[in-house]
Amino acid sequence: MTQSSLYSSRDTPFSLHEINTQNASDQQLLEISSELGLGLSLQEMKQVQAYFQAQKRNPTDVELQTIAQTWSEHCYHKTFKGKIRIDGKEINSLFKTYIAKATREINPRWCVSVFEDNAGIISFDRGYAIAAKVETHNHPSAVEPFGGAATGVGGVIRDVLGVWADPIACTDVLGFGPLDYDYTKLPAGVKHPKYVYMGVTAGIGAYGNNMGIPTVNGAIYFDESYTGNVVVYCGCIGLLPLRKFRKNAQAGHVIVVAGGKTGRDGIHGVTFASAELTEKSEEVSRPAVQIADPIEEEKLKRALMEIRDREFASATTDLGGGGMSSAVGETAERFGCGATVDLSKVPLKYAGLAPWEIFVSESQERMLLTVPPENLEQALAVFEKEGVEATAVGKLTREKRLQLSFEGVTVADIDMQFLFKPPESMKTATYPVVSFEEPEFPEPENLTEALLQLLSAPNIASKESVVRTYDHEVKGNTALKPLHGKYAGPNDASIIKPLDNSWKGVAISCGMNPNYGKIDAYWMAAAAIDEAVRNNVAVGGRRIALLDNFVWGNPEKPERLGSLVRACEACYDIATAYRTPFISGKDSLYNESPIGAVTPTLLITAVGIVPDIRSAVSMDLKTPGNLLYLVGNTYPELGGSEYYKLKGFLGKSVPKTRATQARKTYYALTKAVGEGVVKACHDLSEGGLAVAAAEMAFAGGYGLEMDLRAVPRKLITRDDFLLFSESNSRILVEVTEKDREEFEKLMKGRVHAEIGRVTKNPRLIIQGLKRPAVVDVPIADLRASWKRTLSSGV
Amino acid sequence: MKREEIKVCVMRVGGTNCDAETQRAFQELGVQAETLHLNELIKRRNLLDYQVLVFPGGFSFGDYVRAGVILARWLSAELDKELKTFIEENRPILGICNGFQVLVEYGLLPGFEGVSAYPEATLATNIPQGYNCRWIHLKHENKGKCIFTNKIPTGKVLHIPVAHSEGRFLFPKEKEQQLLDKLYENDMLVLRYCNESGEYAEGSYPTNPNGSFHDIAGICNREGTIFGLMPHPERALYWWQQPDWTRREQVPQYGDGKLIFESLIDHLTKRF
Repeated sequence: MTQSSLYSSRDTPFSLHEINTQNASDQQLLEISSELGLGLSLQEMKQVQAYFQAQKRNPTDVELQTIAQTWSEHCYHKTFKGKIRIDGKEINSLFKTYIAKATREINPRWCVSVFEDNAGIISFDRGYAIAAKVETHNHPSAVEPFGGAATGVGGVIRDVLGVWADPIACTDVLGFGPLDYDYTKLPAGVKHPKYVYMGVTAGIGAYGNNMGIPTVNGAIYFDESYTGNVVVYCGCIGLLPLRKFRKNAQAGHVIVVAGGKTGRDGIHGVTFASAELTEKSEEVSRPAVQIADPIEEEKLKRALMEIRDREFASATTDLGGGGMSSAVGETAERFGCGATVDLSKVPLKYAGLAPWEIFVSESQERMLLTVPPENLEQALAVFEKEGVEATAVGKLTREKRLQLSFEGVTVADIDMQFLFKPPESMKTATYPVVSFEEPEFPEPENLTEALLQLLSAPNIASKESVVRTYDHEVKGNTALKPLHGKYAGPNDASIIKPLDNSWKGVAISCGMNPNYGKIDAYWMAAAAIDEAVRNNVAVGGRRIALLDNFVWGNPEKPERLGSLVRACEACYDIATAYRTPFISGKDSLYNESPIGAVTPTLLITAVGIVPDIRSAVSMDLKTPGNLLYLVGNTYPELGGSEYYKLKGFLGKSVPKTRATQARKTYYALTKAVGEGVVKACHDLSEGGLAVAAAEMAFAGGYGLEMDLRAVPRKLITRDDFLLFSESNSRILVEVTEKDREEFEKLMKGRVHAEIGRVTKNPRLIIQGLKRPAVVDVPIADLRASWKRTLSSGV
Repeated sequence: MKREEIKVCVMRVGGTNCDAETQRAFQELGVQAETLHLNELIKRRNLLDYQVLVFPGGFSFGDYVRAGVILARWLSAELDKELKTFIEENRPILGICNGFQVLVEYGLLPGFEGVSAYPEATLATNIPQGYNCRWIHLKHENKGKCIFTNKIPTGKVLHIPVAHSEGRFLFPKEKEQQLLDKLYENDMLVLRYCNESGEYAEGSYPTNPNGSFHDIAGICNREGTIFGLMPHPERALYWWQQPDWTRREQVPQYGDGKLIFESLIDHLTKRF
């Protein structure tokens, strides 16, 4: 801290400062915010100043840091909760206006808890519920790929533990810069995508594998815009006996911190997450990245589950962003209490931490519990049995104040009401006005070659070399695996069978189309929802719940914010049309680096229920002679497609989602799956019809003869466009000759057509609109192209 | 001894993570199985209440030094006496994945001359390097000594998954051939990696997923009562755990992993 008149050291045996905000000028307030790494705006600093002026005293460093953490974008989601002015209208909270509104209007009976707890909770079976949460950990992963990604997994697992659920599966969706990025073009402070890729995938595997939670679903995208700012989404699904779901903390209950010790790692993680990455991030923010110890969390999990089952505690939450400051504050706030905490009781990794550091540290593998005093001894004994350190550090109080002490000295005393009422943010947004053009190029002669190239495109190519480094089978409950069968075909979703005495399964899928966002964030978001839903439907999932995770650039920039508004509009429109509620979500903004902002990215995670896993469907072709149907219409929608990218274009005709029709189609298809007439099912996504058909063929080891003339289409006259258009809501379905009539009956009134047949001859042969056999290639060649790009030793 | 009287102890420590499904496998076959923390076993001193001891998969104590070594040292420091009695009485011990690593580090496997003071073999870092989760094929090599596989015909090919990063079975280079001969002489070789039709991998990846010497995936001690294997039979118990069940018209109710648990139980019901 600088030796200025703004700060004075208190006469205590430990480090404690008073900050002279009383008489500080605006300039000085901003100076304080920046020097202490608070990340508060002038408006916010002035509110702090006014509060302490009314108290007739100056704040301590502990108080300022606590306020900064609580009000950070990461903890309070100011942009999503605040006001936005756009196009002459005012949106009062993006979250309420679009996301939560969709859920409220759909209002399904099976939603147990949405947007309220650490994870969304939906009912499942036999008194059990499913909890789901997805988080981002982009900035830490950009600075330290392995540690950033690993602690991202650890954090989201603790979110699920925070609703007393036992983690049963993890997901991960990653976005990197191109692996062949030119080294000489990398700006200072930006790590090469290959280095980031190796570190991040290793970190994710290490945490999930070590904790023994299967990583069952995910995706990897490569995009220029992720070069300076890697995108790391970590998700976790948990299983929870509802009658053990305790949240009834009261004044007088003891606050217990359990798990790892507290150190200086992870100081200011949330303020770091709420700022852009710069050349200096490495140097300045390295301490913001935490250190992972999955075994500690494994032990912590065991103890928590026992405490849950024996009903010793009244509430729990994880220590994540903002550390104790968020966990203690939010817990007290939730139960209408205040809290007193003695920070000198918190177990430390090493001596010498100032009280504020203890309170905001984001050291990993820590959970907070509230325990009725009469259960304290038994609860602590459970932790001891597992070899986990747990300490009573304070209690909830009737008086609504946050009171912190250290070695007998009061170091903070803040009114809860003030703490949880940051000034409302008001931001200005403009709808992006960009004009795009549709490219013109002649149709290539050789479409087989184009298909082989597409299969090798990094966004389509097999991710097997990464997926195999994640244990996707630990716990022995993975009924449909991410890599299917002998040829490791890419299943659309994974299915977990979590209960021994039930055939019900949980289908987990995702959707993400960042390239479409470059053209229109609305249709990008719509496509992400459609993709997540159709992937789920394809394996037999129904009653689908969604999780939304936004990764955007700096929302202070009106155009960036405008595209965020567009995406939220789509979330509302499509989710209500599909009747798929959002149950949890998170936004990560300020994803910018010296290279620029990330392309607007929305990950949709879908959690569906499979009524009986015995009727689950995989994507591989099953039997020669069977029929292949295409469900859904194909439009000339190649804007943002992998085919255009291959040709060096972005284009304009971004795929739209026709939700009303699509919902009816999915409903019919779900029925067909339930009736057992669907032998294989695969969604059409990047690379369109040709890629999906090729994947089904080489995953099953059989050939396929297809006729493009039979494909239901609108306005398409070129074979390449029909093969590679990425129109949404399309699915390929394999049906036996015997079930033809039944399937036709079930799909009546929905766009569908028989377009081909499974063959013993292991070749993919596609008849063009006018030309014969526009594609004719052995499936072994297709498989080889698909597997080549990311095969080990990148 | 009746099946339902058999008591199996599945031992766990911090970082063990395949205990639940291992316990479930035994329970599915009608024997009593309990998961116990090492701390509890030390406190209760009741290891000899159990007929079978299982070290399941996971990362015991994080495997931060070398896979299995910390737990092996804990065992010799804290539970040595009971464990020695357990072994002398020829009570079966099974080590799966991390459990196999523990048995080797403790000196129980291969155990040419009984429990060795130093590990006689090792499970080294995979070649190619890195964690690998995949279904592989195994050929049953044992001629009848190993009580964990004596219901499985010699030469039968099993389909079971592996998931590890340290599973490359090695002998000291200079004694490789000699010790391999000893494995054969004493009928201690149990499982080798092979392809679908039973041809040995001969070291080729991914048929041999980790570069193990002589494609070795599992061995037992001289008595055939201690068995360690890298693959996970508890993940190949039910039909719906198979990687290709959606392709098959008729799926048998159980996977090949069951044969291992069943052989052990069969042995116990006959012997005691």
